[in-house]
Amino acid sequence: MIANFGLDLERYWSALPPELPPDWPGGFWWHWLVFTIIIIAFVLGLVMGFIWLERRGMARMQARLGPNRVGPLGLLQPVADAIKVLLKEDIVPDKADKIVHWLAPVVAFAPVLMIFAVIPFQNGALLADLNIGILYVVAISSVSTLGIFMAGWASSNKYSLLAAMRDVAAVVSYEIPVVLALVGVVLLAGSLSLNEIVKAQQIPFILLQPLGFLLFFIGGSAEINRSPFDLLEADSELVAGFHTEFSGMKFAMFYLAEYAEALFLSAIIATLFLAGWRGPLLPPWLWFLIKIIGVFFVIIWIRTTVPRVRIDQLMALAWKFLFPLALINLIITAIQVLAWPEALPWAMIPVNIAIMATLVLLWSKLFKLGWGRVEV
Amino acid sequence: MGLDIAFWILAVVGVAAALTVVLLRGVFRAALSLVLCFLTVAGIYITLSADFLAAVQVLIYVGGISVLIILAIMLTRDVQQGSPSNKLRVPAFIVASIFFGVVAFALVNTPWPLATAPPLEPTTAALATRLLGTGGFILPVEIAATLLLAAIVGAIVLVRER
Repeated sequence: MIANFGLDLERYWSALPPELPPDWPGGFWWHWLVFTIIIIAFVLGLVMGFIWLERRGMARMQARLGPNRVGPLGLLQPVADAIKVLLKEDIVPDKADKIVHWLAPVVAFAPVLMIFAVIPFQNGALLADLNIGILYVVAISSVSTLGIFMAGWASSNKYSLLAAMRDVAAVVSYEIPVVLALVGVVLLAGSLSLNEIVKAQQIPFILLQPLGFLLFFIGGSAEINRSPFDLLEADSELVAGFHTEFSGMKFAMFYLAEYAEALFLSAIIATLFLAGWRGPLLPPWLWFLIKIIGVFFVIIWIRTTVPRVRIDQLMALAWKFLFPLALINLIITAIQVLAWPEALPWAMIPVNIAIMATLVLLWSKLFKLGWGRVEV
Repeated sequence: MGLDIAFWILAVVGVAAALTVVLLRGVFRAALSLVLCFLTVAGIYITLSADFLAAVQVLIYVGGISVLIILAIMLTRDVQQGSPSNKLRVPAFIVASIFFGVVAFALVNTPWPLATAPPLEPTTAALATRLLGTGGFILPVEIAATLLLAAIVGAIVLVRER
């Protein structure tokens, strides 16, 4: 009876929804138009939702109310904020590099939007099913850092410049463990295309790659500068970091880019580690949405829980903790993939979780930042 | 037709960006036009159905090398005055023109063979076979990596404060 139920469950899980044709709903240009509109609506809508969720959720966790005046439960607060910020005066500092100052928000925001072209909302429902999907994501997301440099430089403000420098350090260091953690997933799935990776997840990869998930989550949060890694807009040290000198619509673009990056990280984690659009009963796109919001909730939770790290701790974490663990994770995954070329069995789940627990405990013993002394 | 239009747009923008890199006095802006130049090269790779190469071009050149160049610029003092020219202006121009002439001559006089084979669909598998298959290029790639590592270590040793 129980065995039967388990078998039924497995069959139910492995049944894929029908794949949409690559030119749905008929014709190249229609496909392009429909998905462009879907992506823009998806990003803007969810960013508004995220801003609301973050402000209200954080307020709840910090035992206060949060914005609750505009609309029911304060739901329209992001709309009110958007209108306010649109009407504000656009101030450009006298000594700023005007062209670069103007371009910076665009360069920061456009790549984030481009990433969503390869993220599947349903089986085959994506703008372009590139066979280099995940590499495209990594490549394009590295461009948006340039926007932050441009902002930091063009403002001719020392705090902005400091923020930009901190961002270079963080991005250069955290790119490596993030990509190495991704390689584990690619080895298991045998494809770089995000849709194929979702299809390969008979078992969600968070169970088979628990260490990879942890590394990607930490590294990804650092790359998009979420708390506790938000050193480049550390308000107690750098005013507002790289966007100190930006106001009005340009500031709104940076704000938008920041939350769109959080959305992109949540979407990538949901796709790579939480089986994307797969799930029983509910329609696939709804599952995808639920997973994205779940991941973002965890990101907010971390923000309210963990204090901001110092810059030396940021570097040490990347090079002494994430980087060696990512290498070990890659080797272990490669061995497992060679041993079971078809698909990893369920029995590997407890083994991999045990490996993760051991390694993390071991490394946190080695990695105590001078046993509490203030030095690296 | 569409490919031709894309190629010409990318080519014109790319060459203009490359010229801007050389002609601009502001080093930071020059670095930014270098980024634009790298991006157009990635675009040209895409028109040649080399999608993997294009993604790697963006990842390495735009995301890695440009970022390091910009970091170096930010750490440089007196960068606001831009790059002043010196006495070697005229000789440099002559050498550069001769080099340009040689390259242009070679390009024009090479018979470029046109491949009739259709572009490979998943390029990644073919690349992996060339790299890791029998008679692959994994050894040269590894040697190059070791060489780069040695160069980095050497640079650190040279500038280290004792």
